[in-house]
Amino acid sequence: MNLLETLRLAARALLRSKTRSVLTALGIIIGVGAVIAMVAIGDGARASVQKVFDSMGTNLLIILPGSSNAGGARGGFGSQPTLTWDDLAAIRTELPAVRAAAPELRSNTQVFSDDQNWTTTVVGTTPDFFDVRSWTLAKGAAFTEPDNEAGAKVVVLGQTVVDNLYGAGANPVGQVVRINKTPFTVVGVTARKGQSPNGQDYDNTAFIPSTSFLRSVQAQSLGAYISGVVFVQAVSSSQTEQAQSEVTQLLRERHRLAEGEANDFDVRSLAELANGQQQSTQTLSLLLASIAAVSLVVGGIGIMNIMLVSVTERTREIGVRVALGARPRDILAQFLVEALTLSMLGGLLGAAAGVGVAKVLAAQFQWPMLVRPDVVVLALGFSALVGVGFGLYPARKASLLDPIDALRYE
Amino acid sequence: MHEGREAPPRGESRDIGRAFQGGEENRAMDVVREAPPLVELRGVSKVYRTGDVEVRALRGVDLSVQPGELVAIMGTSGSGKSTLMNILGCLDKPTAGEYLLDGRNVARLDRDGLARVRNRTLGFVFQSFNLLARTTALENVELPLLYAGVPTRERQLRARAALERVGLGERLEHHPKQLSGGQQQRVAIARALVGRPRLILADEPTGNLDSRTSVEVMSLFQELQREGLTLVVVTHEPDIAAYAGRVVVVRDGRIVADRRQVPQAAVLLPEEEEAAS
Ligand SMILES: Nc1ncnc2c1ncn2[C@@H]1O[C@H](COP(=O)(O)OP(=O)(O)OP(=O)(O)O)[C@@H](O)[C@H]1O
Ligand SMILES: [Mg+2]
Repeated sequence: MNLLETLRLAARALLRSKTRSVLTALGIIIGVGAVIAMVAIGDGARASVQKVFDSMGTNLLIILPGSSNAGGARGGFGSQPTLTWDDLAAIRTELPAVRAAAPELRSNTQVFSDDQNWTTTVVGTTPDFFDVRSWTLAKGAAFTEPDNEAGAKVVVLGQTVVDNLYGAGANPVGQVVRINKTPFTVVGVTARKGQSPNGQDYDNTAFIPSTSFLRSVQAQSLGAYISGVVFVQAVSSSQTEQAQSEVTQLLRERHRLAEGEANDFDVRSLAELANGQQQSTQTLSLLLASIAAVSLVVGGIGIMNIMLVSVTERTREIGVRVALGARPRDILAQFLVEALTLSMLGGLLGAAAGVGVAKVLAAQFQWPMLVRPDVVVLALGFSALVGVGFGLYPARKASLLDPIDALRYE
Repeated sequence: MHEGREAPPRGESRDIGRAFQGGEENRAMDVVREAPPLVELRGVSKVYRTGDVEVRALRGVDLSVQPGELVAIMGTSGSGKSTLMNILGCLDKPTAGEYLLDGRNVARLDRDGLARVRNRTLGFVFQSFNLLARTTALENVELPLLYAGVPTRERQLRARAALERVGLGERLEHHPKQLSGGQQQRVAIARALVGRPRLILADEPTGNLDSRTSVEVMSLFQELQREGLTLVVVTHEPDIAAYAGRVVVVRDGRIVADRRQVPQAAVLLPEEEEAAS
């Protein structure tokens, strides 16, 4: 008997008890569906995190100030200013792997228009910042180096700030807002950027020159020290590590740190931060997928159970087939192919269900839709394996039946 | 030519060959009887053990059946007829003794070899028909050909021809449930025939049929015999045994009588035929 005949036979046997076949296949459907959906969800989450980090620039470094052991108490990085404006100037001019660097001074402050007010994050920085952090201007233009040197009272607003002060779609360029009672002229509006990986609204920001920030926003003067972080842009993605070591080297020299003394700053690349995030999403999706794989095995046990019942029910049929000349391997093939058909059918339906669920979830979370073909193939292969593995015992049992006992079976 | 038998001297083998050729031209009984037997049982016994109890179902049976014979096996219930048939059908193995089928010692065959013999050499007809339910008459008849590896088209043609042969050309797509007992048994006979076997084994084929339908079945068997098939039929009824040219009586696992007779012709009386149609 050839494979096609055997397949036909299996299909007929399964169609004979449709409900039972579907219920049996359900175990595999759920297993395969869950594996595919889980992996797709994990991949989607990872891709969305990656997208956010990519949008921030893969050649980006962030320098966090940190405390030395001054005063006996050791604070974490970022807790105390250790970077000076001269450090920044040196980083900008002396390092070959660095294209640009800009400070980021932050303060949550109320901003007033003529008739509205809104609390936002006011960022004091230099014009390079827009390029370093990939901000583009939707309206107007960024402030310039001369503006910064002169401490000009100009501001670039984020979309959220514009929406709240002037209404959505308004063009506030040329208007005056007051920050800490100081009037600033709006010179530009940034293009919408959306949310950060941890849900912060990037667009709820107002950018002013760092000099103006020191004069009008920052409460106390820190003199030569920068009361914030510094973003550094390497000349290219491949030079990011080079830039990182150059910056570290330079700052250690400038801060006169002895051999073996700990850094009083921290230089991190965004790639490192991204990798950390990726690792945790990967671990989670691996965990979910392995739970789903367990349900596949449970589905296999369901197939074995039903196949055993089926062999018992059809004992007499098996006896007749043997009397008519079926070889043990024909009987084995018949039941094995039946189990395999069940599991593959379940696998295909499960794959469809898994892709569907992944699609719905991707739409829900606005992730990119990612169903890896290799995962689908793997899940189908695994369900075939389950079919053969759990179908073999019942099929073997059928093929070894004694024909006389089988023919006499009631 | 036949494995499992000691080779006869050359001269004799040539004589047998000539006898065969003679048989082709002229089907006289005595020539047929000279041919090597199709079935040969030598001292076959069968012991069933259930726990401590031993049942000796067959006790040293010697039996040979020539090609072209229609043999009726009779005996009381429990005398060992079915046990004998199971051994003849290679479904069971004797506890002691030898079984040569078409000159081959069946005990030497492995499971695949036995399957091949059941498929090519034997045809079974059961008392309870044993057709596969929810499977059409045509597909039931195709089964032996399926296991013989006959391609689909030829398989269908041959199965159709076999069903037409037993007068069921109009019932190809019927399921067993939609057929009468007699029709079901005819499907089973078509299934036994379709592989062109040498020997047809029927264990009480008329046991579940009324007398008229039984005559139909026996008439079919006589026809097959005339075409050269060998048949062994178990029956309880002397009426049925009367259609066979040889009657073997089994009692307590032994053959107690083995006689040849002039078979009665199994024909339906004209008025009966009318009443049937
Ligand atoms: N599988 C078995 N296990 C134990 N004993 C058995 C088995 N099969 C048959 N027997 C015994 O062997 C004896 C012969 O049984 P068998 O079926 O051959 O009788 P039979 O002549 O066909 O009877 P019937 O006319 O009722 O069909 C009986 O005593 C029966 O009980
Ligand atoms: Mg019996």
